Order: sequence, then C-alpha cells, then structure tokens
Amino acid sequence: MMDNKMICTEQFENVVEDGKAVGFSFLGRLPYYRGLGLSMVEDIQVSVDDAKIAREDVRFSVRGKTYTLDEMETVYDDRWNFGEKATIIALKPGGLTPGKHKIEFAVRMRVSYLPFVPTTKDTKELDLAA
Amino acid sequence: MSNQIKRGVSLYSYQNETFQGKMTLEDCIRTSAELGANGIEIIGEQTFWGWPEVGVEDAAVANWHELIKKYDCVPVSHDFMLDYKRYKGRVMPFDEQVASVKKDIDFGARLGMKFIRALVSIEPEVLVAAAPYAEEKGIKILIEVHAPLHFDHPWIIRHAEAFEKSGSDALGFLPDMGMFLFKFPPVWKEKFLRIGVPKNIADYIEKAYEDRVLSEYVILNVREMGGEGPALGMAETLRHNAAFEPKRMLEHMSRIHNIHGKFYQMDEDYVEPSIPYDEIVKVLHQGGYKGFICSEYEGNRWIEDAEEPDSVEQVRRQQVMLARLLGEETVPTLKTPVAA
Repeated sequence: MMDNKMICTEQFENVVEDGKAVGFSFLGRLPYYRGLGLSMVEDIQVSVDDAKIAREDVRFSVRGKTYTLDEMETVYDDRWNFGEKATIIALKPGGLTPGKHKIEFAVRMRVSYLPFVPTTKDTKELDLAA
Repeated sequence: MSNQIKRGVSLYSYQNETFQGKMTLEDCIRTSAELGANGIEIIGEQTFWGWPEVGVEDAAVANWHELIKKYDCVPVSHDFMLDYKRYKGRVMPFDEQVASVKKDIDFGARLGMKFIRALVSIEPEVLVAAAPYAEEKGIKILIEVHAPLHFDHPWIIRHAEAFEKSGSDALGFLPDMGMFLFKFPPVWKEKFLRIGVPKNIADYIEKAYEDRVLSEYVILNVREMGGEGPALGMAETLRHNAAFEPKRMLEHMSRIHNIHGKFYQMDEDYVEPSIPYDEIVKVLHQGGYKGFICSEYEGNRWIEDAEEPDSVEQVRRQQVMLARLLGEETVPTLKTPVAA
C-alpha cells in the first residue's frame, strides 16, 4: 500500500555540519492508510546505490525532533502522521556526489491487528543537485 | 417503501488523494455531500494528525464542525485503532486498553459522532468494560465484522454473547461488506497477473473461488501446477474470503448500526463485480436497517502500481449504484470538480 509514494523526490540533499557533509537526507512517507506511533515503527532500512546504511546510522526527523531508530522504540508521545513527510537522514561521511543515486527505503511496522509484520519498500532514482 | 437506509462515505475511500495532499478535508466532505452521501465516517487518526498520541487541537475540531454544517452532513463514526501492541514484546495491559477506548469515546463525542468503530481483533471484555462510559457519552462502540471473520465465526459469536450478557445497548456491530465477496475481484486478479502469476493458474484460482472450493485444496492444486511465490499468495487470498451470505446479518440486526460499503472496483455500468450489493440491500431492507451505508473504496491498493487511482470517480459510481438500489429518484451527481 502506498509503496510507490514512500520516497518523495523533492529535498534530496546532503546533510552539512560545520561545513562538512556528514550524510544525506530525503523525505519519506509511511506506507499506510493511517499514521503510527513511533514505538511501532520497528525498522527503517535505507540503501544508496545498493549499499545498505547501518541501522545505527539512520535518523528519523519530524516537526523538528530527530530520533535514532532505537530511541523511537520507546517513543509513546509522537507520531508519524498519515501522509506526513518525515526527513530520513543517513549518516555517511562525505555525503553523496551530485547527480543521480538509487535510493531504497523500507519500513517495517508493528500493526496490532495484522497477523504478520509488514515491510514495505520503495526504490527511486533521485537527483542530488550540485 | 420509505427509505430508511442512508448513504454516506468513509473518508478512507479518498486515501490515495488525501495522502498526497491532493484533497483537503473540505474537498472530501463537499464531494460526499454533493453525491447525496451526507453521512461522514472517518478514521480519526487518518483525518486528524496527532490523534491519538499527541492529541488534536480544538481549532481542528471546530473546523470539522464548521465543514459538517456548511455541507449539511452528519458525523457517523470515528474509527479507532487501539494499538495494543504499542509496547515492543508485550501486549498493553487490560486496564490501559479500556482507558484507551474511553479516550476514543471522548474523541468521538468531540466530533459529534454517534459511533466509534473497534477493530475486530479487540477482545470483547475490553469493549464491555468501556460500555458504561460509552452510554454516558451517548456513543455506541461497534466492532467491525470484517473478512476473514464473519458472523458464524466463534470469535464473533463470543463478541455477540458478551454483548448480550452485558445488557448494554452501547455495544454493536459494523459489518464490512467485503466479507460477502462472491466473485474473485478482477482488480485482484489483474494485480496478481502483473506480479507474475501464470495466466492458467490465475484463471484456475478465479474459477475455484466461484466454485467455492475449499481454500486448502486450491493452494495444494496451485502448488502441483508449479505455482510458487505470487501464485501461492493469490491462492492464499481464498483463506481470507469465503463468500458468506448477506442473510447472516439478519440475526444481528438489532446491534448493526453502521455498514462499510466496501468495494474494490466500480465499473462504468455501476456494477461492483465481486460484491452482491443488490442482495445486500435486499437483506438490509428485510432486517429493517435504518443506518448508513458508508462507501469504503479499497481498490486503490490493488491498482496503484499500474495507474493512479481515481477515488472520487469510484465513490461516485458506487453512490449511483446505491441510490438506484435504494430506489432514489435523483442520480447522484458531482457539481464541483476536485482539483487534481
């Protein structure tokens, strides 16, 4: 559901701190017909050009708050809302070179009423501006 | 026959557009109202960002009431979720589940709803414990009877028995018409073909469903035909859909207060090819049903890989069908095009 709408094509960029690129970010949406409390987002997997970003190097940011995936597991007072564009940050020293990159983005959700734990994935080629 | 069955829309139907910001809440309510479907059902946390963990500001609720008034609509149901798996590795304790339901009762009351929808996996004891509070607030809690469950399943019978024993009329049912799937939906078959199910196997599964062959036999036969992956996935859908008869609702009519008008596709000739709405409406009339049938379009997820769903057109067609089946003289017609 909503698979092909998970990765947004705007605002794909390097994350710069103190003048140095420390990673990259893109906007991602929850592949679901509702939102979800952050404790129920079991995993977010990001790959760039077929190289997987380690779980501890992924950050999730909504409305000015940034979380590690481990932190999210016990966040009971914040949500990833329906259709909300979260900033997904992947720490990667040096960031990415300008031009096209293949981004894979998968989300695993713990949904109370489902007899399985769904993982939904989107893959898109995004263009990083120079 | 005076028409006591009313038409409504669950805004779930427009999810493809609202997810992408192509339709606002006002677009959804106006569109439904123009089609004469003035009962509005929502999934609280889909329509209102923040619910339940963060909460919803009064301004957003005031806006909801203004729109409902502006378009002469009626709030029908707030569908709540109760995430009892909120905590990793342990189920939410009973008392906390009851408290959570009470919170949704309050939210439903704030929105002027008559009903709140409980998901079918919630235990009857939780709902029974929340019933006195629901009565106080003038809300009924309706458990959604949804495929693969049905009115003859022991889990639903357990709910029915618990509701009777409680003596509360604040507990009831919200049947989802998807449980009466009498043919394999063409949009499902087309999707399975796109993801690689061989045509002969897809044809076999479709036919076996119409012949009401036990799902386990179909799965074995598909395996023997060389089916794997997506082919087995297609066969396994038969486990979850078993064409239970609409008349099974009759025994429970006194507790049925809202209906999900589930549909997977509405063709140009205003027919849902896989759900028998003519039969359904007949049974509802027979049972003296007086509530809403709320459109619930769920074809979106079956076609979105191939084409952009047009939820408004799909809902329009279903409303035309429902109006005809209900004997209405006016054909539901859209006046305001929705900005694409």
